[in-house]
Amino acid sequence: MIPSAAAVAFVALSTAAVALFPRSILVFLVFQTSLLYAYVARIPGWLRAALLAAALLVLMPAIGAYNGYYLEVATQVGIFVALALGLNIVVGLAGLLDLGYVAFFAVGAYSWAIFGSPHANVLFGGGGFPLPSWWFYPFLVIGLAVAAGTGVVLGLPVLRLRGDYLAIVTLGFGEVIRVLANNLDKPINVTNGPRGITPISRPPLPVEVSYAVGFYFLVLLIVVVVILVNRRLEDSHIGRAWEAMREDQLAAQAMGVPLVRAKLLAFAAGASFAGVMGVVFSAKQVFINPESFTFLESIGVLAMVILGGMGSIPGAIIGATVVTVLNLQVLKGLSLWLNELKNAGVTILGYNLAGLPTQLEPAKYERMIFGLILVFMMIFRPQGIFPARRRQRELGER
Amino acid sequence: MDFELLVGIFPQVLLDGLLLGFMYALIALGYTMVYGVLEFINFAHSEIFIVGAFVGVEILLGLKSAGLLETLPWPLVLLGVMLGGMLASGALAVSIERVAYRPLRSAPRLIPLISAIGMSFFLQDVIRLVESLWRNAFNLVYPTLEPLNERFELTSTIDVSAKSMVVIVVALLMLWGLHALVNRTKIGTAIRAVAEDQAAASLMGIDVNRIISLTFLIGGAMGGAAGVLFGVQYSLINPYTGFIPGLKAFTAAVLGGIGNIPGAMLGGIVLGLLEAFAASYMSLLTGGAFGAEYKDIFAFSVLILILIFRPKGLLGEVVRERA
Repeated sequence: MIPSAAAVAFVALSTAAVALFPRSILVFLVFQTSLLYAYVARIPGWLRAALLAAALLVLMPAIGAYNGYYLEVATQVGIFVALALGLNIVVGLAGLLDLGYVAFFAVGAYSWAIFGSPHANVLFGGGGFPLPSWWFYPFLVIGLAVAAGTGVVLGLPVLRLRGDYLAIVTLGFGEVIRVLANNLDKPINVTNGPRGITPISRPPLPVEVSYAVGFYFLVLLIVVVVILVNRRLEDSHIGRAWEAMREDQLAAQAMGVPLVRAKLLAFAAGASFAGVMGVVFSAKQVFINPESFTFLESIGVLAMVILGGMGSIPGAIIGATVVTVLNLQVLKGLSLWLNELKNAGVTILGYNLAGLPTQLEPAKYERMIFGLILVFMMIFRPQGIFPARRRQRELGER
Repeated sequence: MDFELLVGIFPQVLLDGLLLGFMYALIALGYTMVYGVLEFINFAHSEIFIVGAFVGVEILLGLKSAGLLETLPWPLVLLGVMLGGMLASGALAVSIERVAYRPLRSAPRLIPLISAIGMSFFLQDVIRLVESLWRNAFNLVYPTLEPLNERFELTSTIDVSAKSMVVIVVALLMLWGLHALVNRTKIGTAIRAVAEDQAAASLMGIDVNRIISLTFLIGGAMGGAAGVLFGVQYSLINPYTGFIPGLKAFTAAVLGGIGNIPGAMLGGIVLGLLEAFAASYMSLLTGGAFGAEYKDIFAFSVLILILIFRPKGLLGEVVRERA
């Protein structure tokens, strides 16, 4: 009874706070924590479902309707949650370190960007493009299939490699995709090179809402589907095979796990989530270019999975949330704050901040954040902040 | 297609390729030595390398502002800069090992690799932070040593700059020195013993931890030397410049057979040549459709192909899967 009341009160209070403070990172984090609390607290299942549904389906869009800022953050978080969950299958469940994950995201993004924009006219001639905007929905499936196919094509030759070699090869593959995207504006203009592709059509919305709210619901829907798929996979035949493979390849093989097929499936499954999100991302951004698909992004998603805990679904969600918020909000906030102090000429400990170097932009230090997360988590808590139960037992023995 | 042009540029491309190859060879040594001893990819080696370049540029800029750059003899300056870069990189490599790898030595294989990737990213931004605070700029240009800019004409079409020759000579000396160290000295024997079998080496009275630190020190110092040479040769450096050469040097190490020191040298030179030829000839041979911008892809394709068809590399032995 008490936890139920606490959860309801927590969610209600944090929602009120979000409504009151229009641009506070801290408040938004509290709101997210309250949702997390509702998720883990010992409360009846129906209350948990009701609370989460109310917060995500009603409160969030309602707040977003008059304050687009939080909605934008929530949408970004959603995109990264889906990516992290996809990578979680490959890294967390199957134990294959994929350092080129963003390549699949790029494949999905470019598949809709090319056909959903006038750019395809350059490629195929005529004036039939962009495709009518309802094609966005079939393209969610097409993007999924293309990305999964790419995963299989990459996986076939390289999955025989040992773990650390596989990591480097996937890194190389990610770079190959980015260089191709950057340079395939000649001899045939497929990607329009570094100038990128724009304008990319947005999907028609079934009901009259703003695009921000529409995308929020779209991303939320996909995230829910991805979570369901993840949960079903975890305890499925193939999920068990993946975990067996991760723990001990030889033993798994001896027990009859077809290694190559299982690895291919893991690659394809992870890639397909990235592909779908790529399609959504390109439509949301209206403009894409190769800069969005660098190695940094792959490592960012990896940091989310590691932070939350490899193989853990709530872990991936929390990791994605924390890292996105750190990146989008805390670093930028720090930049703004420092700039204000500098312009005001504040003096700290006898040092006048107006003399701070102009090149010092805290917003640019994402790598430091990712790097610190990876190193610290590996040394102090390799199972993550929200470990998968099986993983916790395994790493606890050390 | 202009056949004469293809033949005409050949010696120049060969020279550029060798130059690049020696650079890769020096960096690749760091990867391969660590891999030989710990079976672990030191992903942060590319940053160890670029730190050498940054320390080098700081020393040069310091000398310049003190007005000593013109007055001191250039070999002395170069020697000082190289030593500074090597020391800094070596020390950095040893400390990274202590902080980020040693606690994870018994963990599953991917755990230290992830830690190394994190270290690599962290260091990139640390360099950026330090240089931003110190100079308010993190894209730095190597000050030129005037005598090194002289060019010698070999024939009417080919010329070679003094600095390229210096880079090649220094690289050769270092490679030879390392080879002698590993094969002819007691320390070298200890390193090889630890690479062969840690437990047995420790039973023979070798302090394994010390040897591992030493391996990082030597590999790091070679990386630092490569960093300084890189700066002298290509002038422009920033905290993120090290990443791609690092990755390619790793490719070179795998190409030569990872864990194998002569292999790393051979792999570096082969990869440097391949890349230089790809960069110069691809555009000519495909009529401009695919140009030098694909040279990175080329190196990665080489890596993927080797790993698929000959994972032990040119000179290496088969590495068994460790649980």
